Order: sequence, then structure tokens, then C-alpha cells
Amino acid sequence: MRLRSLVAAAAVTALGISLAACGGSDSGDSSGDSSGGDQTLTYWASNQGTSLDNDKEVLTPVLNKFTQETGIKVNLEVIGWNDLQTRIQTAITSGQAPDVVNIGNTWAASLQATDAFLPFDNDAMTAIGGKDKFVPTALATGGKEGTDPTSVPLYGLAYGLYYNKAMFAAAGVQPPKTWEEMVAAAQKLTVPAKKQYGMAIAAGSYTENVHFAFINAAQNGADWFDKDGKPTFTGDGNVQGVLRYLDLMQKDKVANPSNAQYDNGTKSVNDFATKKVAMIINQNNADSSIVANGMKSSEYGVVPFPAPQGAANQTASHVAGINLSVFKNTKHKDAALKFVKYMTDEGTQTTLGKPFASLPVLKDAKPVFTDNAEEAATFSDIYNTKSKPLPLVPAEDQFESTVGKAMNAMFAKIATGGTVTADDVKAALKTAEDQVAASS
Amino acid sequence: MSVATQDAPAAAEPAKRKRAPEHRPGLSRWLPYLLLAPAVLLELLIHIIPMLVGIWMSFVKLTKFFIANWSAAPWAGLGNYKVAIDFDNAVGEGLLKSFGVTIAFSLITVAASWILGMAAAVALQPTFRGRSIVRTLFLVPYALPAYAGILTWNFMLQRDTGFVNHVLVDNLGLTSNRPFWLIGGNALTSLIVVATWKLWTFAFLTLMAGLQSIPRDLYEAASVDGAGNIRQWRNITLPSLRPVNLVLVLVLFLWTFSDFNTPYVLFGTAQPPAGDLITFHIYNASFLTWNFGTGAAMSVLLLIFLMIVTGIYLFVTGRRSRRA
Repeated sequence: MRLRSLVAAAAVTALGISLAACGGSDSGDSSGDSSGGDQTLTYWASNQGTSLDNDKEVLTPVLNKFTQETGIKVNLEVIGWNDLQTRIQTAITSGQAPDVVNIGNTWAASLQATDAFLPFDNDAMTAIGGKDKFVPTALATGGKEGTDPTSVPLYGLAYGLYYNKAMFAAAGVQPPKTWEEMVAAAQKLTVPAKKQYGMAIAAGSYTENVHFAFINAAQNGADWFDKDGKPTFTGDGNVQGVLRYLDLMQKDKVANPSNAQYDNGTKSVNDFATKKVAMIINQNNADSSIVANGMKSSEYGVVPFPAPQGAANQTASHVAGINLSVFKNTKHKDAALKFVKYMTDEGTQTTLGKPFASLPVLKDAKPVFTDNAEEAATFSDIYNTKSKPLPLVPAEDQFESTVGKAMNAMFAKIATGGTVTADDVKAALKTAEDQVAASS
Repeated sequence: MSVATQDAPAAAEPAKRKRAPEHRPGLSRWLPYLLLAPAVLLELLIHIIPMLVGIWMSFVKLTKFFIANWSAAPWAGLGNYKVAIDFDNAVGEGLLKSFGVTIAFSLITVAASWILGMAAAVALQPTFRGRSIVRTLFLVPYALPAYAGILTWNFMLQRDTGFVNHVLVDNLGLTSNRPFWLIGGNALTSLIVVATWKLWTFAFLTLMAGLQSIPRDLYEAASVDGAGNIRQWRNITLPSLRPVNLVLVLVLFLWTFSDFNTPYVLFGTAQPPAGDLITFHIYNASFLTWNFGTGAAMSVLLLIFLMIVTGIYLFVTGRRSRRA
């Protein structure tokens, strides 16, 4: 009898604890939401510096200054690129979202389609300082054409062809102005016996690969979607553009087959900084990693990623970068807009431009990411005049994953001794196109 | 222990015991439910409800246009299933290929794990010096956090800097061309090796426990009759372990078939077609294309397949046991 009541008491307690635990997590979540009184914003920042900790160090004083000026506290979380998209997806799905978030600007149209983000209409745009303060091409990445964007540019990035000055001088080659010159220089600088290659490419990274599919196709004058947002992946310009890039490893043999395992851009940047390769094509935020690896800014030069001779188009990059979005269900809309205004004003942009090696997204602002005036001018020129935005359609994310992964597989086939023909590329792109069509 | 405490006060206080029946019906009727309640509640929360939600998701068009507001997602009927099993289409074809890879992966991994586990369990059956040290060593893969273990394999299997190629190419000189292990055709081999490394100790542990319960005198009698080691293993060990094996093989198969960690950590975002296991395939189908409806339909198909396999397995093995 006594034992039974003991057991019953224990059972009730256990039940109570488990219920309390459920209740606890609930109240934990809602307290995060309902802290409207003391105005605390939750901010998810992407990884821009050399590490997540580095990002935190750079951002904390900037956010403290914002709190001093406005009394609004900011709760910062820095999220790595491998997790950011999934975290945002989860936040959209569950409604348990931060107030302000960084997005890769290429996701803008896809995320806009979820209807989870605050459109920057006239009022909101005025609240953050007016749309005229932004570089127009940068602002154009904020969402689908002809709609109120759901994101505004924060950090600008562009691709450039980095080359090692000493290696170029030793081989007696000039910085390339055309694709053919680039390949010729790379071949001259490829000495497999010395384990030296002309170029390093992140051939196992689907995000990097898809950017080059886009840029190379753009140089051929080809698009990936038609006016109605339908995929047009199998056009000749697209196939030839992809094949041209694959041929760097296949036909021209200027990249180490091991590059097929490089699943992020940092690996190719490290090869360049440690002088194993003479060239890389990378976004300007490579600067911080190159310098961190011990290569001086005077030891390398940058030219626009060249198009083939007589190309239809001189596109050298997509309009790359990071945008800021506000979740629609925020309870602190005004505070969030104030924060967006602060992050995109000239002072903050100048402060963050150097540590994050980003290009200014503001009109007439001077790049501060490098002391090398020539490099700064080259990147500004690429960003402002030679960049084309990735397709601003809701299916953009699917374009990235399907085409990018198809290219991973083709690079793997080449690296392991197989051959990829134009027909193979076309078949792979057809499969990617079908996948996009099936899920839209 | 509990019997003793229950009986002692009951014998010592017969008066109290008389009163008990009046209270007992109420309490004893509710007590079992009360005791079960936390488990049932958690089971509902963690298993049943998400499963039902998953089944519901497979019937709606849950794409990125609706994930912020699920209730607005239009009904898709069997549309998601049609896409998933239309093998002439890219999506269905991909699923079918992935299914084939997963079947091959599961069968080989389960067989390899079982053989290794059995060999080790039998080898460690006789007592010898250092036996417990070897046993403990064998358990390391099982004790290690899965991520740490698989990540180490990822480093070891790199083409230029990996330990495996260092031994095969630089030390032994077996081949002059450094093979790739994580992309191309070798990816499936790598996946099987890593999964087996992770899994075989569980087979070993289970079979070792099973071996303990076989009476030693059976073996002694057999050796008096002149049966060799192999004969003893076939005629005594294997039949005695039958009930253990029935459960073990099923569990190994279910775990392997739905393994997610191994491909996810081993390959990262650059998974090769040869290592495209079905759970990972479904994850990509859902999270990369943001089409959770099709992903859910694929999951339901996987659930149905595993239920059928399990059902047939239990039916066939159950009938054989009864006959024997």
C-alpha cells in the first residue's frame, strides 16, 4: 500500500516533469518573441570573416554602437553557410524566426516566393534611407523584377581572376585578356612533376560550379530561364558554356583532378595562397584568406574573368553578395527597419568593408576592402559594369542545386578518367531541367 | 526486491490489508495508465504525430510557395506519388537508381557486419590473456560519436592527403595512380567500409551475448564425438544462435537501409551518384528543391517498402521456427 502510493506519486511526478518540460520549452520560445517591451532584435548573420568567431568579434562593436544610438538591443547569431539555408527554411516553416537575417542574394527571388519576408515597399524603403542610396544592379538582386524587393543589398561581391605575379613573370606570360590567353598561360604554368598547376577550381562545390555555368553561358549570350520563368537549360550556349569550364580539367588539363573533391572555395584559395597554383577565379572576399595564409597583397594581381575571343558578351561575374531581409512576422518592424538602415548606412559599410572584404553596395562609395588601389578599381569595375544578376525567378534555388550537382558529377567523371562530351552535358542538363520542371 | 518489500508490511499489518480492497479498484484501474502516460505521450509526440503529418504532407503540394502557411497548400491527391514513381521522368529515375544503390549497400553491409561480428565473437569465446582488452578495443567504433568517426574516415579517404592512399600508393606502391575514394565508382566501396566499421561491433556484441548462453557441455560432447571446430560451429553454434540472428539481421538491415549519418558526413554536399543512399536522396529532394510534398511521398513509399520487407521476413522466419 505504502509502496503503491509511492509509485503513484513517482509516476505523477514524472508526468509532471515531462509536462513541465514541454511547458518550459514553450515559455522559452514565447519569451523570446514577447520581449517587445525592451526591444531586442534577433539577428542572424552569415559567415563573412575568417571564422564564425571572427565574425562575432567584428560585428559586436558595430551592434553595440547601434544599441547606444537607438536603445535597441541586438541578439547576434552567426551561422555558417552549410546551415544558413536550412535554418532559414526551418524558420519560415515553423514561424519561429529571427527579426533580421542575412541571405545569399541569389536566393532572394526564391525566398520572396515563400511570402515570409517583409516587402520593402515605399514606406519601408523610405524608412531605411530610400532606394536611391543603393547601387542599382545590387538592389536589383533584392527580388523578382517588377515587385517590391524582400531584401536589400548588404555586402557586394564579384568574381575576379587572381594571378600570382612572380609565377607569371617567371613563365613570361601576361595577365590574360581572353579565355584563350588564360588557358595558354595556365598550360604554360602547369608542371605536374612539380605538383604545380595553372589553376585551382572548386570543382566539387555545387554552388561554385553553378556560378561558372551561369557566367560562361552568359558570355555565350545564353539564359537559363525564359521570360515566363521556364527553364531553358539545354540551349547550345548553356551546353557549350558548361563544357568550356569542364574542359579546364578535361581537355586543357590545367587543374589538378583532385580539385573534383574541393567542396568549397576556401580549398582552391589556399592552393593559390600557398603558391601551388598560379591562378584562381574567386570572389573578392578571398583577400582575407589569402593574406591569412601569408601571401602579400602586392604578390598577386586581379583581372576580370575573361570571355573567349569574339564572345557575345563580356560578363565576368554574377552580381554576388549578401542581402538583408526582415521576417514579415517580426514584432519589432520599426526597430528592424532602423537596424537595416543602420547596417546599410555609409559609416557601417565603411567599418565592415575591410574586415569582410566586401564591395560597397552604396552609390559613389569607395571600396575599402583592400589597400591595393588597382585591385579595388578592378573589382569595382567588374561589380558595376561586368556583372549580371543570376536568374531572378522563384526556381533559382533549384537551378543552383540541380545544375551545380550535375557539374559535380561531371567533374568527378573526368577526374576518375572518364570523358564528358557535349552530348553528355546536354543530357545532364536535360535531367536537371526535368527536375526543376517536376517540382515547380 | 520489490516482492519482499511488498510482502513484509502486508504480513506485519493484516488490519491495514483488510482496508485495502476498498481503495484498490480506483487506484489499480488508473495506475497502469498513469505509469504508461508519459511513454504514450512522448511516443505520440515524437513518433506518431510527425508520422501522420508526414503522410498528410505527401498528399499536398507543399512547395516553397506554401511553407510559410501550410494550411494554404493545395491538395495534390496522388500527384506527388506519381512524380516519385514515374521512372521515365528525371525525379522517378533518380529515386529508382538511389533505391538500387541502397539495396546493394544494405545487403553487402549487413553481410559483412554479420560475418565480422560472428568471427570476432567466436574467436573471443575461449578465455585467454588480454581477452577483455581486445573486446574493449573492438567496441571503440560503437562507442565513438558517429560524426567524429565518419569525419576521420573522410580525412583518411582524401585523394592527395589521405592516409589510405598514403599506405596504398606511397608505402606499398600497389598502384601509381592515386585513386579517388569519395567520388566516382569507389564511393560505394568507401561507404560500405565505413558503414560496416560502424555497425559490425553491434553484431559482435549481440552474438557474443548469445554465445554465452550456449551450454559448454554441448561443445564438450561434440568434441568427444570427434566434431571439428567448423562442424561444431555449424551444428551447435549456428542453430543455438538462431533466435538472436533473426532479430539481429532484421535490425541491421533496417538500420543500414535508413542510414543517413554515414553518407551525410562522409560526402557532405558533394555526394556522388554511386553513394546516393535513399534517405539522403529524399533529404536532397526535400531540402534542396524545397519540395516537401514529393519528399514526403518518397518517405511514405520507403516506409511501406520497409514494412513489407519486415512483414515478409517475420512471416517466413516465424513459419520456419514453428515447423522446426
